[in-house]
Amino acid sequence: MRRVVITGQGAITALGHNAHQTLEGLREGICGVGELTFQDNERLSVKIGAQVKGFDPADHFNRQEVALYDPFTQFALLAGKEAVTASGIDFEGALAERAGVILGTAGGGLQTQDQSYRAVYAEGKNRVHPFTVPRLMNNAAASHLSMRHGIRGPVYSVSSACASANHAMGQAFHMIRGGSCDAVLTGGSDSMLCFGGIKAWEGLKVLSTEACRPFCATRSGMVQGEGAAVFVFEDYEHATARGADMLAEVVGFSMTSDAADIVLPAQDGAERAMRAALRDARLSPDDIDYLNAHGTGTRANDKSESAAINAVFGDHTRHLSVSSTKATHGHVMGGTGAVELLAVIMALRTGVIAPTIGFRQADPECAINLVANDAQEKPVRAALSNAFAFGGLNAVIALKRI
Amino acid sequence: MRDEQTLGDEEVRKKIREIIALHVKLDVQDLSGNQSLEDQGIDSLSLVEIIFALEETFDIAVPYNTGDPDLDRIYTSSLAVFVTAIEGFVAEQSPTI
Repeated sequence: MRRVVITGQGAITALGHNAHQTLEGLREGICGVGELTFQDNERLSVKIGAQVKGFDPADHFNRQEVALYDPFTQFALLAGKEAVTASGIDFEGALAERAGVILGTAGGGLQTQDQSYRAVYAEGKNRVHPFTVPRLMNNAAASHLSMRHGIRGPVYSVSSACASANHAMGQAFHMIRGGSCDAVLTGGSDSMLCFGGIKAWEGLKVLSTEACRPFCATRSGMVQGEGAAVFVFEDYEHATARGADMLAEVVGFSMTSDAADIVLPAQDGAERAMRAALRDARLSPDDIDYLNAHGTGTRANDKSESAAINAVFGDHTRHLSVSSTKATHGHVMGGTGAVELLAVIMALRTGVIAPTIGFRQADPECAINLVANDAQEKPVRAALSNAFAFGGLNAVIALKRI
Repeated sequence: MRDEQTLGDEEVRKKIREIIALHVKLDVQDLSGNQSLEDQGIDSLSLVEIIFALEETFDIAVPYNTGDPDLDRIYTSSLAVFVTAIEGFVAEQSPTI
């Protein structure tokens, strides 16, 4: 089987408009959460979120592009462009057909749906913009990435709620490892911070109204974010032949389903996913120096994830550094695994583990070695990144230093 | 309301041309009445955008689906023919404009 490496990364998040700024925010533990600013926000009971700030689409796209791209597509295109440029990869010639785009998204063009429904239901208009459908479809971002970069192999979107990006990146890994692609643009993108988006989530009573505090005894729920991260996954030989910079190696992936509850996580599913990712990567629990947790800041997830970590890592749990970066960039939903992979790559490359900010008090139900509030420096040989979704879907990816 | 500020034929035509110009990325005075929309770089996606903008501006419904022979005809013949067709819809459906 072929080896798979990451040769480029790009991002846009509440922490900044590129990977560099996002990494700086992750490292320094900057909180990207603020008061939500969009139409009708005064009618929300949850008023905070991690919005991408200071972003003007006109700085990046022409008039027709702005008309055609929902924000989740705009974010994916910017992150994708950064990743491709950094990687130096060129999809010209034969590579075009040996390359793909596999992108995770939970909400797709939710902003477009929100605006269009507002127009016809609330404002009584009787027509919506002609690009409503091509804007809102879940594969819009993947398709526009393929058009921009001339990628003509497998292109599709993956939607599995909060595990979307990990599922997408896992598929990209499989395709390259198995030999059906030489390079894949992969990651995830979501932009669900709009009135309808938050209103829907309010109903579930899992959003915090004050802050995201993963694994903290005083945690009060998740905080939504938005943004995208896109990576170039590439066959090791292909990357070597063109002298590409390699950021990390993707060595394992696994997916499991709880088959239990539509919203409550099950420890068993998370446990099996981490074990299977280790097996797939041919790593033992002791080889893992860092685990980027799903760590949403909800009562249920953090408790069950902590228990699963203890079950998988046993005595090594106290040496295993764990952090959840969601308190900085928010829960980026279908893009979150991709944004969090930036922290994993940073840990492998620079030995800096991004902190879990907002932490105030240890919770006996979360007995893990949490990197709280300040970054930790230590050599990281290999790492896991967890993503667990509503619907009981778990996707875990394993990376190694290269 | 609108009948207070009725647009003359000349103004309707001017407005139509402005909307088209915005989508062709040309100045209004550079639009050619003799050339078709197709020849002036309007693709099918831009055409639906233009029609939407015209419908919104004049509160009319342009009764064509993409691919209708009638739409093809006004799209591939001259800009003047297109403008005249739209003026017709405005006169029929929005006589107060």
